[in-house]
Amino acid sequence: MNRIYLDNAATTPLSPEVLKAMMPFLMGHYGNASSIHDTGRDARRAIDEARKQVAGFIGAKPNEVYFTSGGTESDNWALKGVAYANRNKGNHIITSAIEHPAVLETAKWLETQGFGVTYLPAGANGILSLEDVEKAITNRTILISIMAANNEIGTLQPVAAIGALARAHKIPFHTDAVQAAGAIRIDVNAWQADLLSLSGHKFHGPKGMGVLYVRSGTRMMPLLHGGAQERNRRAGTENVAGIVGLGQAAQNAGMFIEENAEKITRLRNRLIDGILSTISHVRLNGDRGSRLPNNANLSFRYIEGEALLLHLDLNGIAASSGSACASGSLEPSHVLLSIGLDAEDAHSSLRFTLSEATTEDEINTVLALLPGIVDKLRAMSPLAS
Amino acid sequence: MYSEKVMDHFSNPRNVGELKDANGIGTVGNATCGDIMKVYLKVENGIIQDVSFKTFGCGAAIATSSMATEMVKGKSLEEALKVSNIAVMEALDGLPPQKVHCSVLAEEAIHAAIEDYRKNQA
Ligand SMILES: Cc1ncc(COP(=O)(O)O)c(C=O)c1O
Ligand SMILES: [Zn+2]
Repeated sequence: MNRIYLDNAATTPLSPEVLKAMMPFLMGHYGNASSIHDTGRDARRAIDEARKQVAGFIGAKPNEVYFTSGGTESDNWALKGVAYANRNKGNHIITSAIEHPAVLETAKWLETQGFGVTYLPAGANGILSLEDVEKAITNRTILISIMAANNEIGTLQPVAAIGALARAHKIPFHTDAVQAAGAIRIDVNAWQADLLSLSGHKFHGPKGMGVLYVRSGTRMMPLLHGGAQERNRRAGTENVAGIVGLGQAAQNAGMFIEENAEKITRLRNRLIDGILSTISHVRLNGDRGSRLPNNANLSFRYIEGEALLLHLDLNGIAASSGSACASGSLEPSHVLLSIGLDAEDAHSSLRFTLSEATTEDEINTVLALLPGIVDKLRAMSPLAS
Repeated sequence: MYSEKVMDHFSNPRNVGELKDANGIGTVGNATCGDIMKVYLKVENGIIQDVSFKTFGCGAAIATSSMATEMVKGKSLEEALKVSNIAVMEALDGLPPQKVHCSVLAEEAIHAAIEDYRKNQA
């Protein structure tokens, strides 16, 4: 069976070119980048090069790029690092209710440590209002953290405007750009971001590798204490192969953003329009226009998401769902509930995330299979009658 | 993640649909937890002659609905009340730990349908 992978927001395949760049550092070049000798210097050079590649990808200076173990660590570090460094200034943090758990759970933990957090709701279209952000600012606010693009519904947040607002109030601004990377152009200066998180495996890089961009001059505590790596800010012997892979992936991802976005958007629209025109009682979740090119998130009334996923999987199609049963939690997606879906529609959601490798044939296959699966499940649903 | 038996009952569920001449109907679950199950019974002389179900739910919920209805078919009401979610799970060669709560629904739906039948008879 030909497998059709439409779960690129969960993770992406490692690019062969990235693997090729990594291989020497998994085999021959085993040096520790902190060593004085030649073998160590090889590793150091490779890390420096990767740092430049990442800097170019996001419009930063190389010495503002810190390598981490992934998006989760970057988000944890951004929030905890800024919060603790600014304790004398205030204890208030502004974030949104639709952040990834890496931000939300960190914010919740900070609440147990004496910080106060405002979780701004998104509108019904899945987009935050700038006005809400402005109203939430107090003279005790020490950090604003708003994601660039949502991982479930793909909605793009007005990060450049929020960045400008934060700058005007002299409040550090962090954005989780994990889903934005490779999909839309990232520019830390245009966005006026002081901190920005990336995760390698979302743009064909290695898993367990991330970046935190920290604008120079930003007050920040380390998360990991130890050796002097990453300019004394993130201890631990560098994962040289991982860093080299992330650098290569960033360089590749930066090259074809606009071209890919156009192609992916066209296929994604074909998928959404095809579903909406052939299946009744379906809603598109999240704003139609202001969303990641590759994201289609829809609720199929009267059907539970995991059942849909399993039928798609039996047909070789990989997607994901915000239903509680699919995620293994007891609650359906906090994002879908936050934008006003009732529990039933939140359980009924299905997320397709395309990539530049997605073909029209694959989309056609999904469009051909889906109505039958939906009919079958609706025929056994006590909610549809 | 699921056993072959679960996938079999999920993809080819037995006893799906409404029973036109049901004399006991039970609905349990709610949209908040994500699984809703409705069981239809046709009881004659204290024996479940026919049974069917409709389920809004995940793979585990659909498979346990299917298996549970198979297990109570032809049984007396007393025997059917003894069919536990544990027995249904065992018959399906087990469920992942986070799915055990979905299997409780089938047992509860059958109990609710039997209760409804008894109320109708009283
Ligand atoms: C928006 C967002 N932030 C953070 C993360 C966590 O990244 P990682 O898997 O690298 O820890 C993810 C990944 O799912 C994500 O989508
Ligand atoms: Zn379930």
